Amino acid sequence: MSTATAPQPQSNYLNEESSLRSWLLTTDHKRIAILYTLSITFFFLLGGIFALLIRIELLSPNGMWVSDETYNKLFSMHGIIMVWFFLVPSIPTTLGNFLIPLMIGAKDVAFPKLNLLSWYLFMAGGIFTVYAIIAGGVDTGWTFYTPLSTGYVNGHVITAATGIFIAGFGTILTGLNFIVTIHRMRAPGMTWSRLPLFIWSNYATSIILVLATPVLAITLLLVAVERFAHVGIFDPALGGDPVLFQHLFWFYSHPAVYIMILPGMGVVSELISAFSKKRVFGYGYVAASSIAIAVFGFLVWAHHMFVAGISVYAAMVFSLLSYMVSVPSAIKVFNWTATLYKGAIAYKTPLFYAIGFIGLFTWGGMTGLFLASLGMDVHVHDTYFVIAHFHYIMVGGMVMAYLGGLHYWWPKISGRMYPEAWGRIAALIIFVGFNLTFFPQFILGYLGMPRRYHTYPPQFQFWHVLSSAGASILGIGYLLPLCYLLWSIKHGEVAGPNPWGSTGLEWRTSSPPPTHNFNKLPVVTWEAYDYSSVPKNREEAPYA
Amino acid sequence: MFLLTTIHGIPVFPTAASTAAIQQDRLAWFLLLVTGGITLFIAVLIVTFAIRYGEHRHPQAVQIEGNNLLELGWTAATLVIFMVMFFWGARLYYHEYTEPPHAIHINVIAKQWMWKFQHAEGQREIDELHVPVNRPVVLTMISQDVIHSFFVPAFRLKKDVLPGRYRDLWFQADKIGKYQLFCSQYCGAEHSRMRGTVYVMSQADYAKWLQNSGAMGSAAYDGERLFQDLACITCHRADSTARGPNLVGLYGRTVHLNDGSTVLADDNYIRESILYPNAKIVAGFEPIMPTFRGQIDESQLLDLVEYIKSLKTQQQLEPYNNRSAPPNGPRPTESRTQQP
Repeated sequence: MSTATAPQPQSNYLNEESSLRSWLLTTDHKRIAILYTLSITFFFLLGGIFALLIRIELLSPNGMWVSDETYNKLFSMHGIIMVWFFLVPSIPTTLGNFLIPLMIGAKDVAFPKLNLLSWYLFMAGGIFTVYAIIAGGVDTGWTFYTPLSTGYVNGHVITAATGIFIAGFGTILTGLNFIVTIHRMRAPGMTWSRLPLFIWSNYATSIILVLATPVLAITLLLVAVERFAHVGIFDPALGGDPVLFQHLFWFYSHPAVYIMILPGMGVVSELISAFSKKRVFGYGYVAASSIAIAVFGFLVWAHHMFVAGISVYAAMVFSLLSYMVSVPSAIKVFNWTATLYKGAIAYKTPLFYAIGFIGLFTWGGMTGLFLASLGMDVHVHDTYFVIAHFHYIMVGGMVMAYLGGLHYWWPKISGRMYPEAWGRIAALIIFVGFNLTFFPQFILGYLGMPRRYHTYPPQFQFWHVLSSAGASILGIGYLLPLCYLLWSIKHGEVAGPNPWGSTGLEWRTSSPPPTHNFNKLPVVTWEAYDYSSVPKNREEAPYA
Repeated sequence: MFLLTTIHGIPVFPTAASTAAIQQDRLAWFLLLVTGGITLFIAVLIVTFAIRYGEHRHPQAVQIEGNNLLELGWTAATLVIFMVMFFWGARLYYHEYTEPPHAIHINVIAKQWMWKFQHAEGQREIDELHVPVNRPVVLTMISQDVIHSFFVPAFRLKKDVLPGRYRDLWFQADKIGKYQLFCSQYCGAEHSRMRGTVYVMSQADYAKWLQNSGAMGSAAYDGERLFQDLACITCHRADSTARGPNLVGLYGRTVHLNDGSTVLADDNYIRESILYPNAKIVAGFEPIMPTFRGQIDESQLLDLVEYIKSLKTQQQLEPYNNRSAPPNGPRPTESRTQQP
């Protein structure tokens, strides 16, 4: 490795063509992944600004700067942007798009043009939603509960819903593309039992994307129909049933939680293995647990409705199933921990993120056990306890995994190393800032602080101030990688094909990879994470 | 047991003021202990491994494929722990959903953005609820617009209040005091201002409060007046030639319907029969009743239901003018609807 300022010597997917047109009309999965990365970074920053404004406003129990309605719009837009325009697409469309063909030894995804269409649908949906924000916002909450959303609020509900509806088709196509790619495009010898765990988890995610997203589309359509044409579906005043909406909405949105976390689990399996130089403990169990999560994930939706109007016995069934879905997650955590045992652990930034993920995800999962317990949920439901719980999973889990993955594969994506010292500092700041922001919210929740409150009784202020202070640290933590990763594109150390000495096929081609990924067809004869198969020379790219 | 609520003025634990709260706190401590213990155990393992097997100390990784026994072991252990959590939580929930007999009944109407309470004795309150200590109270709740949620942290109880459907919540407060009431389901612009206060009073104070709070007549009495004013009485008479079913003793009975099915005559059935008379036709009767949708509000509906619930003897159904004053004393006439 050397600090070169000269252009990349060999032709690769980044330098082969450089016109704007070549980017906007590309069908290369790697370039599409870059387009998605830029887009979701924009949406993450937008959603982050809303979060920051929320935390500033909550410094005071009586609200200081904005009106009730504006506050409600802030948390609604924060949720809508973060869920549908950052978390759902985050890992699958960026790292997934970039890595799935590389990891299985394929030239591209099965339907490259469809892949580009996915991005355009995503952007069209995003533009609708951003328009809804500029035009005045939405104040339904990201959950669009009826009859509030269909008859009682003035915001741009239909516009925002249209945005989500359109973007949804983008994710359905992405899921479809991945399923077909993983089934049909694997290199010779890349059997199912040799697939990296990242592939297994994205495969499970894709199944959910394809099966669940249409239900969301239908639900949003019904909301629009009732709001626009006053057809009674959910509003009892029109003859509808408001609880029906919740069933439909959570039938999508609970599996969507697994859309948001499964790819993160896949990343963490890769990171733990790569930085302990060890095969993943219990590979079969970890792979199967991803599929189990995808299947069980469809059977737990009504645990969002324990106080909303379902029968006692239905609640018991859903509580039991919610415990069942936690078992495969627990299995993963145990296996990751066991993987570290007797490894040769390198303390690099991605490992920091992976360990941070395990810690935060575990605590997020543990607090999920509180919520799955019926008697306990009655008290903490719709309080800050729930907010803290799902931020531990979504932000503590998914965002940590995303950043960890981004650092780990950065040399492959950009051909450059990120600055290691800055990487560790940022990971540490994010971990501390995150806990400072969200841990107090568990206490707030148990004390009884309801969510979506613009004003609150002054007894809660101490914890809110602490949480807001943490959020400012977290914000700085997120800006750091943005800065140094951009800096590293020009000034980072040039990375070889396999700077970490990892096992995956993606590390056996050059960095950045050539447009068609492999110039020699890979033939796989080893299991995933078989460290004896890795070329000793990290500058060697056997299939480039 | 856990009376500690603040440390240096910082609240750390909510006051417990109901029978459910004590049980709920026990469950919470159990969950915290178990989950905290497991999390700590995993954290210690990870940190220990990370230090012990750092590449400088342990440069050659030992490849381990896995261990089926270990996998089965931790899966089984996880399942067992989860089942304990499930059963404990389900038991408490079942208890919280099973109304005890001999409770005080209070009707609740939620609307953007206030709470209205109607006591059986006729007292009406807004954003304030007075209840006696150590007596079970059943709230029958309905929303006039969107979904709200009745939440009293000190009672550890919460239930969504739906439009178009009565839902019951019961509690037994066991500590005299003043407790916060929140709407915990997002309900529009002023959601965070939809708060109230629950006053738990000694039984003697409560009795005094009932006497001094100026109610003119019971909710059932108000319902009876409506029953007359809306001319329900012309069809729902006690004699055998009546065009509508006799409502005496109806509440809590099983009703046989036209289509051969049966239905339990509860609050929701009575409400539905007033608003959507043709939804369920009682066997032997014609679908001739007009709807009262749009003519009466939720508060009047609750009064009507209270009245029908109170009908125990045929004599009560006789025309109002022929009868002596109701037990709680006559209420000055309010012209809420046109006279029959």
